[in-house]
Amino acid sequence: MTVLSLDRAKPAPIAVWLWAAGLIALALAAPHFLYPVFVMKALCMALFACAFNLLLGYVGLLSFGHAAFFGGASYITAHAAKVWGLPPELAIIAGVAAAAALGLVFGYLAIRRQGIYFAMITLAFAQMVFFFCLQAKFTGGEDGIQAVPRGHLFGFIDLNQPLVMYYFVLVVFLFGFGVIVRAINSPFGQVLKAIRENEPRAISLGYRTEQYKLLAFILSAALAGLAGSTKALVFQFASLTDVNWTMSGEVVLMTLIGGIGTILGPVVGAFLLTTMENYLAQTGSWVTIIEGIIFVICVLTFREGIVGVVAPYAMGRRAHAEPPPEAVEVEEAEVDKLRDVAGESD
Amino acid sequence: MFDWLHIAVPPAPLFFAQLLVGLINGAFYAMLSLGLAVIFGLLNIINFTHGAQYMLGAFCAWFLLNWLGIGYWPALIIAPLIVGVLGIVIERLLLRRIARLDHLYGLLLTFGLALIIEGIFRQQYGSSGQPYTIPSELTGARNLGFMFLPNYRAWVIVASLAICLATWFVIERTRLGAYLRAATENPVLVRAFGIDVPRMVTLTYGGGVALAALAGVMAAPIYQVSPLMGSNIIIVVFAVVVIGGMGSILGAIVSGFALGLVEGLTKVFYPEASSTVIFVIMALVLLVKPAGLFGRAA
Repeated sequence: MTVLSLDRAKPAPIAVWLWAAGLIALALAAPHFLYPVFVMKALCMALFACAFNLLLGYVGLLSFGHAAFFGGASYITAHAAKVWGLPPELAIIAGVAAAAALGLVFGYLAIRRQGIYFAMITLAFAQMVFFFCLQAKFTGGEDGIQAVPRGHLFGFIDLNQPLVMYYFVLVVFLFGFGVIVRAINSPFGQVLKAIRENEPRAISLGYRTEQYKLLAFILSAALAGLAGSTKALVFQFASLTDVNWTMSGEVVLMTLIGGIGTILGPVVGAFLLTTMENYLAQTGSWVTIIEGIIFVICVLTFREGIVGVVAPYAMGRRAHAEPPPEAVEVEEAEVDKLRDVAGESD
Repeated sequence: MFDWLHIAVPPAPLFFAQLLVGLINGAFYAMLSLGLAVIFGLLNIINFTHGAQYMLGAFCAWFLLNWLGIGYWPALIIAPLIVGVLGIVIERLLLRRIARLDHLYGLLLTFGLALIIEGIFRQQYGSSGQPYTIPSELTGARNLGFMFLPNYRAWVIVASLAICLATWFVIERTRLGAYLRAATENPVLVRAFGIDVPRMVTLTYGGGVALAALAGVMAAPIYQVSPLMGSNIIIVVFAVVVIGGMGSILGAIVSGFALGLVEGLTKVFYPEASSTVIFVIMALVLLVKPAGLFGRAA
């Protein structure tokens, strides 16, 4: 599935470097022909989706509660910057640390179950965080935390200038993206993929899969938090929207539409969905309806996502080594059945 | 010196009133988690649309009353039939296509459907609720000595218990239920015996969805009929399902009512935690018994 992955065994094909250079050049030039706040929002959502995809695409765990980390971190960062008066870099670190801690607790509990149970558990925990944010004093309830100061990065870089803020967000995104790419292509990432394909076998090979899954969950939560913290500084605002279950659904949709288990898929999905929301913002609930329709269409006919379909051509070769996703899934279902027969607990 | 006692022991009427609210909520949790469990058993999907279908049931009753002048009692039958048929269409047209894929796709598909249905109703009716009057036979309340019990609420508790037990009876004690349970265990083998499993899957989905709609009709006079009523309750019901485990029908019923009661009690003693207590219990259950209180390891 990971067509774009930089396999360590063989040098990355030249096409990957060309694409990377082109995309970074595009990102550097973007604020000169696009509205910077729009691109910054899209970059935050893209990092959020990439963090989510690390879990779904590479460990096979569908979290329906990632808004808790995204929105929770944005609240902490907003509070740290506004009330504690922390500089932006420390405020963001505080948000990321909170998201990672939350990820440790939720992950520890949630990885005890798999599949749809995992999805339901993460959703329920995220709803708990939502209710907490609704009731806690420091979050400002329905009003959220407004007028968050962007401050000066390291004391001398003024983030109040739109272009400076833009390049800061771009650096944050590239950092998070780099961490994810590195993790996926490390031995750690290989074990994650092994767990995704066949967990019982990974266990029989001596891997403590629980620890790998928990670590992946914390990493994913922390990076989702990084995205949320940055978004809080971009908009100078933290609100209940970012911690609501609809946000968890949105990040699933971004990843699905771009391509689950592809490196660039979530980025493409995030830009598409943010653009769509931008244009349909005035039409009330139509955003929700159209998102629902895209969900249904993607699940029925377009499960590989945009990057999953396009990437083989963009790389100048057809994917042939990897079996089609369907085949893998049927195999997994059979493994499930075998496990049922063996009476193993999940 | 004993100031804290006043906090710890609330006045009796408040106590019983919250207990009643808890029991009512529990009745809806039980009916919804029952439908989820039945659908999950045969289709292996978590029906995310369940909340939207509960909302559809309530809106059906509201349409019947306001557009056609059809009252509560006929609506109790007509609304679940309409929503059930809609469910059958969904199963035939959409869910069947992805039955052989990873179960997560079923979750995503039904989530998308829930967004569509809710979005359409929110576009039409906003976020505010429409009132639905209590049927005239069930207005008023009776004095139980320690509290006033509104007749409609008593009816909801009795009726939901009856519905839950009837569902349990059909699944655990009848021939049809035996086929159903057999198909849950091994659909291929049951098919080899000449039983039309695909049709059974369709009807089961329709039945589970109709149960959600029935709960929606019963909820209409208590909560306002609002496009958001489904998504508000479905996440809590998911937590109830995780706590109870999907293995047993009786487990779904018992945990539904019990957790409603716990929620009501929390409202008495520590109101701030009432919206989160079920999730905390879920965390504790996951620590102690990951498969759920009544769940079989699956």
